[in-house]
Amino acid sequence: MKKLKYALFTGCTAKQSTPEQMMSTMAVAEKLGIELVELTEASCCGASHLQDYDEFLSLVLNARNIAYAEKQGLTMVTICNTCQLNTAMTKHKLDNDEALKAKVNEKLAEVGLEYKGTSAITHFLYAIIDDFGLDKIKEMVVTPLSQFNIAPFYGCHNIRPSELQNETHNSKENPYNPTSLDDLIIACGGKNVDYEEKNKCCGFHVELQAPHTAAVLTGNAIAGAMDGNADMMVTPCPLCHLKLDTQTAHASEAIGRDVELPVLHMQQMVGLALGCTPAELGLNHHLAKVDFV
Amino acid sequence: MSTEHKITTQQVNFKVFRFNADEDYLPYYEDYNMEVTSEEVVLDILNRIKWDHDGSFSYRRSCRHGICGACAIKVNGRSTLACKESMNDMVDLFGSELVIEPLSKKRAIKDMIIDKADFWEKHAAVTPYLVADIDETPESENLVSPEDADKLDEADLCIQCGACHYACPVVAINEDFFGPAAFAAAYRFDADVRDSADSRLKDVNEEKQGVWDCVKCFECAEACPKDINPIAKITKLHQMAFQEGIAKNNVAVRHAVGFKNSIVKNGVLDEGGLVLYSEGPSIVKHIPVALRMFSKGKIVPPWGITKSDNLDEIKKLVKSSSTAKF
Ligand code: SF4
Ligand code: SF4
Ligand code: FES
Repeated sequence: MKKLKYALFTGCTAKQSTPEQMMSTMAVAEKLGIELVELTEASCCGASHLQDYDEFLSLVLNARNIAYAEKQGLTMVTICNTCQLNTAMTKHKLDNDEALKAKVNEKLAEVGLEYKGTSAITHFLYAIIDDFGLDKIKEMVVTPLSQFNIAPFYGCHNIRPSELQNETHNSKENPYNPTSLDDLIIACGGKNVDYEEKNKCCGFHVELQAPHTAAVLTGNAIAGAMDGNADMMVTPCPLCHLKLDTQTAHASEAIGRDVELPVLHMQQMVGLALGCTPAELGLNHHLAKVDFV
Repeated sequence: MSTEHKITTQQVNFKVFRFNADEDYLPYYEDYNMEVTSEEVVLDILNRIKWDHDGSFSYRRSCRHGICGACAIKVNGRSTLACKESMNDMVDLFGSELVIEPLSKKRAIKDMIIDKADFWEKHAAVTPYLVADIDETPESENLVSPEDADKLDEADLCIQCGACHYACPVVAINEDFFGPAAFAAAYRFDADVRDSADSRLKDVNEEKQGVWDCVKCFECAEACPKDINPIAKITKLHQMAFQEGIAKNNVAVRHAVGFKNSIVKNGVLDEGGLVLYSEGPSIVKHIPVALRMFSKGKIVPPWGITKSDNLDEIKKLVKSSSTAKF
């Protein structure tokens, strides 16, 4: 197989509040022999909030980020669901509206850039599944996670709106019964937990303005996984991770029940199965106890 | 291809939610195993349960043409219009075990029939009609140009089925929240060039009930059988609040604006700075968690942030491409 190479859009969270996600992404890429070229020029994607204020500015900034991946002739890989949604949504809008694309390019020209629409944009989860292959992961597993029940938590912005999401990867995902992360758990030797909240919202985006709503959603998610007898949760989204890992006190209070589980980033789970050390995967950066290693 | 017209049949097991608020203490599920043809829609199955198995089985339907909005239910957790949804698609999506439930189990009255009063109250609360001074003796037609009609972005196609409302997680938690259908209705009239209501946009900007409590889960976009995409209308309502200068100086609004401030400074987000700007003095409530995060290396101080390369480009673009003011 030709060596896989992508332009990595890290997003802001991986560089700040979830350093373990950055570490585990690079560790797993190295194990799999995937080359990730970091887009150090990229700006914040606006996290689904900037467009509420200024949609055009959000389009221009996201188009600039994509233009840098295009310059290298690489597919852009994201490691955050919300980055994925914002970038893919920008691409979709520009690729389907010549006039809008021209308007955005007029601005980008001021800094010598152009959005062409030549780079695909996909989340690392789907890059692994579509391009690398679960069978190959399975062959490479050195520490099967066979003693663990693992609850997948998909995160909204990787599965909805499904029409847009399914444009960005080959493995078709049913937003009401997603399977990609379950399949990855199984490939790592773990037992996937089926529970009602696996495709529900973690509440992250209203954490500041509607803390009660946010905390109930987080609480319900962890409680659902606990009731499904999960030993841990796993998610492809650092924002979901922040909610599930750092907000357990609020969540417990909001739903009137103590909830807490170890929560792994998708990359950390794969890394463990491939034999990376806990230190390489940054497991010391978690708030919720990670007491199984 | 000739295969396209072939009618196929298959066995499907339906687990059907049954409940009669007058008699039952708790709901229960009844199993019906049926042979289903590829030509049928979900409503055909409801009819067959009633006609062939149990005459007391209750559900709403009227037009059978996806117009009246009466027949919305949930199949395997997915909101759907029973008269429009093909059985074939359902089996493709979920296999041969299908769970048939009302839109809201909490609000069930009898089987599929729910009490939709909350939905209608929220709808009524957004002034869901044109507010305009009508010239009672007009001399010419009051025309709306095609471009102006396009501004509604098809929000006027909503049939008030409630599929999005009862798929919305915030509706389920916050009883003041207007919900996606009401917001789509608010947008439909606010975007209408003939409308001159001044309270509607303010109402949907209020805390707790308004658009700022939407968690951006896209459940409503996924659920809508008419492709209204309510979250897209919610985004537009946010933008209109800035355009009309009525966006309040509160934590939610500052949270949206704060991204721009951060981007122009660093390219990337300053997470701590954003929370501080959004919360103001209320930031103290985040201190206990922040301290724990700090001790685990999860908080980067402002001076430790790695700024984007070519930051001058970003600064330039923010300057030249900004279209909104706060
Ligand atoms: S996107 Fe907003 S309105 Fe739509 S279902 Fe989610 S929380 Fe409700
Ligand atoms: S927006 Fe769509 S799902 Fe919601 S009530 Fe209207 S037609 Fe039904
Ligand atoms: S019966 Fe009228 S919309 Fe289905």
